[in-house]
Amino acid sequence: MKINIDGTDYDAQPGQTVLDVARANGIYIPTLCYHARTGRAGRCRACVVEAEGIRGLKAACVLEVQHAMVIRTDTPAVMNTRRTVVELLLAGGKHNCLACESNGDCELQDMAYKLGIEKPKFLMETTDLQPDLSAEGIVRDLDKCILCGRCVASCNNNVMHEVLDFGWRGDDVRIVCDNNKPMGDSSCVQCGECVQVCPVGALTFKTSKGKARNWEVEKKRVICPYCGVGCVMEIAVRDNEYLWATAVEENCDNLPNKGMLCVKGRFGLDYLNRPDRLTTPMIRKNGKLEEATWDEALEFAAARLQQVKQEHGPGAVGCFSSAKTTNEENFAMMRFARAVIGTNNVDHCARLCHSSTVAGLATTLGSGAMTNSMQEAQKSDVILVTGSNTTWCHPVFGGMIKHAVKQHGVRLIVVDPRKTDLAKIAHLHLRQRNGSDVAWLMGVQRIIINEGWHNQAYIDERCEGWGEYRASLEFFTPEKVEELSGISKDDLHSIAKLYATGGVGALYFSMGITQHTHGTDNVKACANLAMITGNLGVEGGGVNPLRGQSNVQGACDMGALPNVFSGYQKVTDETIRNKFAEHWGIDADQMHTEIGHTVTTMIEACGDDIKALYVMGENPMMSDANLNHVEKQLKKLDLLIVQDIFLTETAQMADVVLPAAAFAEKTGTYTNTERRVQVGRAALTPPKGTRQDYEIIADIAARLGHETFPRTPAALFDEIKRLTPSYHGMTYERLEPNGLRWPCPTEDHPGTPILHVDKFVRGKGLLTPLQYKPSAEEPDSEYPMCLSTGRMLEHFHSGSMTRRCTVLDGIAPRGEVEVNPADAERIDVRTGDKVRVETRRGTIDTHATVTDTVSQGLLYIPFHFVEAAANRLTNDALDPVSKIPEYKICAARISKAE
Amino acid sequence: MNPQTAEPETAQFARLAEFIDGLGLGHEPDERQAALIEVLHEAQEIFGYLPEDVQEFVAEKLRLPLGRVFGVISFYHYFTAEPRGKHQINCCLGTACFVRGAEKIIEQFEDTLGIKMGEVTPDKNFSLGTLRCVGACSLAPVVIVDGKTYGRVTPEQAAEIIAEYN
Repeated sequence: MKINIDGTDYDAQPGQTVLDVARANGIYIPTLCYHARTGRAGRCRACVVEAEGIRGLKAACVLEVQHAMVIRTDTPAVMNTRRTVVELLLAGGKHNCLACESNGDCELQDMAYKLGIEKPKFLMETTDLQPDLSAEGIVRDLDKCILCGRCVASCNNNVMHEVLDFGWRGDDVRIVCDNNKPMGDSSCVQCGECVQVCPVGALTFKTSKGKARNWEVEKKRVICPYCGVGCVMEIAVRDNEYLWATAVEENCDNLPNKGMLCVKGRFGLDYLNRPDRLTTPMIRKNGKLEEATWDEALEFAAARLQQVKQEHGPGAVGCFSSAKTTNEENFAMMRFARAVIGTNNVDHCARLCHSSTVAGLATTLGSGAMTNSMQEAQKSDVILVTGSNTTWCHPVFGGMIKHAVKQHGVRLIVVDPRKTDLAKIAHLHLRQRNGSDVAWLMGVQRIIINEGWHNQAYIDERCEGWGEYRASLEFFTPEKVEELSGISKDDLHSIAKLYATGGVGALYFSMGITQHTHGTDNVKACANLAMITGNLGVEGGGVNPLRGQSNVQGACDMGALPNVFSGYQKVTDETIRNKFAEHWGIDADQMHTEIGHTVTTMIEACGDDIKALYVMGENPMMSDANLNHVEKQLKKLDLLIVQDIFLTETAQMADVVLPAAAFAEKTGTYTNTERRVQVGRAALTPPKGTRQDYEIIADIAARLGHETFPRTPAALFDEIKRLTPSYHGMTYERLEPNGLRWPCPTEDHPGTPILHVDKFVRGKGLLTPLQYKPSAEEPDSEYPMCLSTGRMLEHFHSGSMTRRCTVLDGIAPRGEVEVNPADAERIDVRTGDKVRVETRRGTIDTHATVTDTVSQGLLYIPFHFVEAAANRLTNDALDPVSKIPEYKICAARISKAE
Repeated sequence: MNPQTAEPETAQFARLAEFIDGLGLGHEPDERQAALIEVLHEAQEIFGYLPEDVQEFVAEKLRLPLGRVFGVISFYHYFTAEPRGKHQINCCLGTACFVRGAEKIIEQFEDTLGIKMGEVTPDKNFSLGTLRCVGACSLAPVVIVDGKTYGRVTPEQAAEIIAEYN
């Protein structure tokens, strides 16, 4: 259809509003309450227009188009109304642009400017509420609030934190946090969504106050460096200094984060500006790290690597790549280990988070990645989340699940020992005993099959292994499973019924499933469940491991793993080795032909098989299990090279420290949790004295005789593209602006949002018979509590970045242990009290948080805090297949500390 | 309205929980939201007012945002987050009562009780509030105490009415 605006005809679609058509065609209609991401509101009257044949002025943001509609946006009546709207708003609040944070980025100011309003015509009594400064990152100045409702809509409908609302009525209406609490005392998580949509200066970032106005900064597009969601954001930069972050809103429906950020993305980048960034290389002399030139440091590193290689063979060198660096850099580290050193001892921290996923899903389905994409959450009928505290660890996606449940009627099952945020809105929340995942998953499957709720046609056509698998289920009777997992027979039946008969079911899991000595079995049990219900290869279904770092999927894809080259091409396959050797111009005979050591077994082999470690952007002295042991092992090394942006706990033990550039200072690609490869372009110049990770690797390679080692992201990506079938069709140009999901085999391939459609990657899906195995260390009389560890919302990994961020460390400055009220009463401890937690491996002193988030007998400690490092306590027992440590369960005891 | 009982708090919460469970609400947010006002009426009936912990309890039981619960409580004049006296004296300020001298009656109640509108007497026996038109304009000015209506009230009657409840 066509509509006419101000004398010109424009194309329009049914369901569009007049505002949509005007905006699409560059016609100026101001809005205050309408925002593309919060939708129609019809409250402020700033967008009024005249429509021929319709009496009175109409709000363009709610006026739906009709064929041959004639609209005027600039008549005297329209302009007078707009003027009155602005004059009333200006008169009703304290709008002083001089020192306002939003000066230059204020939609009310824009309107006043365009209408030529110098001062309000009306004199009104204004409110006199002091700004609310209680929150770490956000200032609320209600005297500037124009009650447009955008913040309320976005808090409740986009990010789903449901904190903001309207309070009172009439003249007294004000925006409230919860039941009128100061923002800092409310349930607000400081995601900053409300600041981003606020049209005026009522909500602003505390951290950038007075630093720069909107027109003084450059906005640069980057990919968030934290979890695997891969949020696309813009950072404001002035004089090469990071100032604040906003989510990219343009075209955001096609971006992973749909225009949202979490508190880490929003307030977690000021570490870039920290004065304690490493900017000078260091070499250990007489037991102390001393500053050195780049030439000295690189020469030292290269010479010592050469020496170890000569004395003990290439297998004595190990390389830790990093899920926080780009694909290009992971590929470079992979090539360095295999071509320059000649070892398959290359791995990265996916070993500690999802190696059991990769092992479990590659065996059963043929690919270890998320089968479906995050955007599909609202297309599921049922979502089963287990072992994932999604709203803390993948907060933006956690919001999308909440959205799916609350606004799209998706039914949610949460199986988790902790009462997570998602558990609170779930249709079913069951708390399994830690470590009993195989039992409840297989028990549920037994019920599904016995009730006939499974998809036999799908199984017959697409899967194999049915007979043996079916037989192994016999052990998992409801009675047995109830005894093992603590989930009652009735509840098991409810889970089975809802998941299997509720329509298309998606399964999301994370470290609660993977970090066990039977982690691979847990993952296989998840795959079994999805296969027997026919939930793989369909939109809204799938088995979806949520990856925890910005490029952990990419680091795996790039072959920073001891058993595969990029694209999961096996190192044990001679043809593959020849292909890589030929491309790299090396002799294939010099390549290591066997599977190398993992991160965890390299640590174990320090001093024996492993004499030198080259660690890029990893911090095993915080992130690995049983730190007291790790420390002992690392001390046995002849050479420890650490390349990082800060002097981490691991770097402090190094023989040579190489200062690297951070994510916003480099160009390269990142692959998010849903296999989406995105380009991050350098937004800042790296601090003087630092070098890019890919340059440092190339510099050391050159000193070891590989002068042609690629040293630009473009050259490295070209190699990736050529040697990695699933990335064949990708170019930087194609990856912008929305990224592409692998496999993308040709340059005209649109990417693959859903895996295993029609056929599994491995051919037939493999149903695996499983047995229940107890965890390595269960609570006993000496250590009666069960200890679980993990993340918290405000911090990330070893804390080296987030602990250096003002807002994040301000909200969560110390580690705490979650204790159930009954256990707390027994040891006479209240929230905030000092407690001592002990295991057979170590002791830490920390503070108690008394909460029913954990059930009785369970303790939970986040692992980000060096002063109370959870990994001093954890058990380094490994899953025999994937070598992942058992972070999620060990025996502990807790006592009140003086 | 709002009889102040000696019932222990845990029993009060149990009664409220029983009431909410008895509504047989489904999982749909809209359905739960629709029950909010009814639940708040019951809660105020049980507790006499709607303090923070009751607001939080209602929000959690109905799985609604606390802000929404507070929004409704603060929107409706009827709901109060402040404690009330054992007896609630409400003076109508509708048009008919207003023109027939409601303000003078309010002043008299304020003077006699020694408190201002919206406050509670120190002995917690009375609280004083206003109403907007109760539909008994022929009886204006009107005062309602705990649901009992007094019509054509004169300032002199204030003391008598108070005495009935002392």
